[in-house]
Amino acid sequence: MSAAQRFLEVKGLKKEYVVGNPILKGVDFSIDSPGIIAIIGPSGTGKSTLLRCINRLIDPTEGQIIFDESDVCLASGKVLRHLRRQVAMVFQEYNLVERLSVIENVLSGRLGYMSSWQAWRRNYTQSDINNAYDLLEAVGLQDHANKRADSLSGGQRQRVGIARAVMQDPRIILADEPTSSLDPKTAVEIMELLEKFSSEKNIPALVNMHDVKLAQRFAKRIIGMSNGHIVYDGAPEGITDEHLKKIYGGESWLD
Amino acid sequence: MAGLNKQSDTVQHNPFPRNWWVSGLWLVAAIYLVYSVNSMGLDWDRFTAGLGHADKLLDRMFPPNFSRWELLLDGLIESLEIAVISSVVGIFLSLFIGLLASRNFMPSWISTPVRGFIALCRSFHPVIIAILFVKSVGFGALAGILTLVIASIGFIAKLFAEAIEEISFKQVEAIRATGASFVSVIVFSVMPQVFSRFIGFATYQFDSNLRNSTMVGIVGAGGLGGTLFSAFQRFDYDFVAAILITIIALILFWEFLSTLVRRIF
Repeated sequence: MSAAQRFLEVKGLKKEYVVGNPILKGVDFSIDSPGIIAIIGPSGTGKSTLLRCINRLIDPTEGQIIFDESDVCLASGKVLRHLRRQVAMVFQEYNLVERLSVIENVLSGRLGYMSSWQAWRRNYTQSDINNAYDLLEAVGLQDHANKRADSLSGGQRQRVGIARAVMQDPRIILADEPTSSLDPKTAVEIMELLEKFSSEKNIPALVNMHDVKLAQRFAKRIIGMSNGHIVYDGAPEGITDEHLKKIYGGESWLD
Repeated sequence: MAGLNKQSDTVQHNPFPRNWWVSGLWLVAAIYLVYSVNSMGLDWDRFTAGLGHADKLLDRMFPPNFSRWELLLDGLIESLEIAVISSVVGIFLSLFIGLLASRNFMPSWISTPVRGFIALCRSFHPVIIAILFVKSVGFGALAGILTLVIASIGFIAKLFAEAIEEISFKQVEAIRATGASFVSVIVFSVMPQVFSRFIGFATYQFDSNLRNSTMVGIVGAGGLGGTLFSAFQRFDYDFVAAILITIIALILFWEFLSTLVRRIF
């Protein structure tokens, strides 16, 4: 992929859950190169809303999201589903289908490529099945393929969540606070997995995070959000205490 | 704490005052009960006289008479067929109607009328529905089947809808994010969450249909109920006893089977 390739462009994005009370107040950014991009900011500032607008789990109120040369905001039906299958999502609480087995959860990443009739009969192609087992091995869960998803620990579940996302063969990964429910060591391992897949597939991963240190360690670019606006967008080294004060407000929490 | 021993001079309000409305309602209920017993003419003499009749009936019922077993078997088979057909059709329709009635998947302009339809199906006792169908499609098993299909929808479509409303939406969101179609979202994120409960509802509904299929015959909608009713009218109480024992055996047999089914799922 050439460096000039534009993965995603967000223009003037606004979202109001309640009329007259916007959560996102005009967000603009574009992603031109692969790698991890961290979005940091306090709770309730619209980070999750932003990610969910990109794959239209939430409908934006105003603005444009240009992905694959078309506006996600205007898509519907089949077009929307075809956009969604190229935009993989990793969730904070993993959101695995608990009563399905681990391997079925991973394979569900292919549903966007199958007709409902094929899906009903679990008619996955052999290469999908091979890929699913390869991915499970890559995330270190090859021995758990036939366990039910609710029997796994948090870190293991998030690995399955990442495998499911990569299974979509995405052109961008969105991760909504993928490490917030995990211990620090597991959090690093999960970030390493995201880093690994985004460089292997040469795609960007847009990751919402709480932990500024973790963001600085893994991201090649940080977007700081505060109160529905982007207040910092640049290299992780460029972030100063001044910026953090602006993003989170106050300074007593800084050491 | 100071003041615990010292009686305060001001009179505090009782935090649990007598509610005169509630007391009044209890009194009205008690008066109505006494009035009902009187107006029905229930007294001890009537009760003992009644028990004497029951004694005579039991005398004539035993020993049960299985000599007309072919008639019995015909009715039984027809009842079983009515129950199986109406359960399969009713449960299948209820899957879709239940989904349409679930408020988390459907907009209110779909779910509200569908809920109304379900309530309509449940608003009459099966006997009344059976009479309506006997009048409209004629005597026989068809009326019984239609009756029990309606009864099944009225009951389990509502339970299905409620089960679907209680699922975790996170899993649905994840499958939706893969770009799956609506049907695939249902199959992969809703069905795994509700399937075992659906099996429970379906076995329960079959149980209920089995019992009701022996009843719809009383109003001429086919099955063992017709045989039972004519035996009553001809005072063949020993044959009545045989039919009742058969029905009990049938229900017990299904009870045994359904525990088996539940263990499998």
